[in-house]
Amino acid sequence: MSGFASGWDQATDRDKLPAEIPSPDQVEVPAALRQEIEGHMSLYPDPTSAALPALAAAQRVHGWCSPEAIEQVACVMQVTPASLAAVATFYDMLETEPVGRHSVYVCTNISCSLRGADALLDAVKAAAEGDGELNVRAFECLGACDIAPMASVDGVYVGPLAIEDVPQLLDDVRSGRPVLPEKQLARMLVADPAANSQQYPSHPVQSVDNEGQRR
Amino acid sequence: MSAATAERRMLLLNDIDEPGLATREVYERRGGYESLRKALSMEPEALLTELKDSGLRGRGGAGFAMGTKVSFLPKGAAQKYLVCNADESEPGTFKDRELMQKCPHMLIEGIAIATWAAGISRAFIYIRGEYVLQADILDAALAEAREAGYVGQNILGSEHSLSLVVHRGAGAYICGEETGLLDSLEGKRGNPRLKPPFPAINGLYQGPTLINNVETLSTVPSIVKMGGEAYASLGTETSKGTKLVSISGHVQRPGNYEIELGIPSREIIYDLAGGPADGRQVKCWFPGGSSSPVLTGDDLDIPYDFDSLAKAGTMLGSGAIIVVDDSTPILDVALKTAKFYRHESCGKCTPCREGTNWTVKMLERIAAGEATPMDLDIMASVCTNIIGNCLCVLGDAMAMPIGSMIAKFRGEFEQSIEQARLAAEGALV
Repeated sequence: MSGFASGWDQATDRDKLPAEIPSPDQVEVPAALRQEIEGHMSLYPDPTSAALPALAAAQRVHGWCSPEAIEQVACVMQVTPASLAAVATFYDMLETEPVGRHSVYVCTNISCSLRGADALLDAVKAAAEGDGELNVRAFECLGACDIAPMASVDGVYVGPLAIEDVPQLLDDVRSGRPVLPEKQLARMLVADPAANSQQYPSHPVQSVDNEGQRR
Repeated sequence: MSAATAERRMLLLNDIDEPGLATREVYERRGGYESLRKALSMEPEALLTELKDSGLRGRGGAGFAMGTKVSFLPKGAAQKYLVCNADESEPGTFKDRELMQKCPHMLIEGIAIATWAAGISRAFIYIRGEYVLQADILDAALAEAREAGYVGQNILGSEHSLSLVVHRGAGAYICGEETGLLDSLEGKRGNPRLKPPFPAINGLYQGPTLINNVETLSTVPSIVKMGGEAYASLGTETSKGTKLVSISGHVQRPGNYEIELGIPSREIIYDLAGGPADGRQVKCWFPGGSSSPVLTGDDLDIPYDFDSLAKAGTMLGSGAIIVVDDSTPILDVALKTAKFYRHESCGKCTPCREGTNWTVKMLERIAAGEATPMDLDIMASVCTNIIGNCLCVLGDAMAMPIGSMIAKFRGEFEQSIEQARLAAEGALV
């Protein structure tokens, strides 16, 4: 883990007291974010359960789980920032240092690597080098080994990917177009030939916009 | 007749690609939610008997009898919970994804039925955060189901009420472990808990909790429709019914297939998935996700069911077959496997946290030409010392496949050690 400059992994400042539960009159929380977090909290018998969806919501606003983002969530949920930082550092999709706004997760687990995922990751990384908007990273099994090697681009699954697809993929991401529409998982028919009694034409099950994350 | 040509019974994948099946309208037109009506007209006890008679075993990995699991829940008025495990993170597994994306109402119907049988009024679907599309589809389907009165207060005028929430994870394999999942759902780090008490007694928010996999719950409407006994006539004596198999790696037609349990593994790998590319042989295969001990090309005639695979020293697990052909060094497979578990170990138990790390280091030493054959024995002993010594089986899930690779491919490992050593010394040109 790197990120001593700006992430959560910096050494503890011993002169500071541990942060307490933020007081609502001291922390400004964007109204939409507050509303979304409170909506999540209302769904559970114990509102603490909303920690993951709340942090994900704050990350969509702030780009990562920054100290500011965590403080805002802590303020709405009325928990300590430390309890949320502990949660944020546990999960791969919660970013604990600043990252590019578009995520490109390349699966490098067994099934994908058997089909060339490591070379694919290298190619994506090389093509994305220097672009601060892109968060390219290796990811553990994304649950789409049938389209190996594959990637999740802002939450949209695409595959099987060839090295030759990389320029188009990054072009699509940068320009905000749907990523490689022909290769999106949403369009794939099931592999089992006995499953469908008649051949249904390829159709998108649901359109997904390039922002992926939802709504 | 082989699986490719025989008429196979489709309970889960039947016309799964019909346009609009993810909507209530199309699902209902195909008889959807009829099983829920039938179930609500039955007493919960009678419904539970059907589930037990079906012999349905959990499709998530452990293979525990679903009906029996339900009967472990204490009776009475205490708040009980059902949690649907949709965290599908076992490498090689992608069957639940296909079900949730294409037929979400089948899962919702299964949950509505199972909660009636078990006397549960609050349920959650814990779906892995990476499945954005599937979670969106589930949310939309759930809104439709609520609107139609299949979920909510007094479902279809009955005494059964159900609140159901789709909860999105944020990327952690360990949250597929049932107690890690519960902690995560409570808004904490997904660290597994000490068992006992088991979730059926003390689970979510300390309440009795039934945890079932997506495929298990999606099968419930079929069981209610057919009757438990008819379902039990499919499959083998101890592995009833049909099963989704996710097959990937070195096969020509990777994907999801629905099979009757007990057919020869060869039929799945060769007849359905097309086997490895021409001229290639199956070197080894994981029969049930990356956590299962590997089998070799000599084991292809083993029937694909819970007990036959257990007898062969491995497991059916989540039903995910990963095929590796003879073009891939076993060292590469072992290293990928071990690195995954090292990354995903939550760090709570020492044998798993340290054991996965040491195993990766030793495998890397082999690749770097710094290992001796003794390292294989140390690695095997590290694996033995992980198994059974942790709160959950994540460490075991690395130790078992790695241990099996060392046992079955020792000669190749020794060759790799020697070749890498010579290469490192510059003796090989």
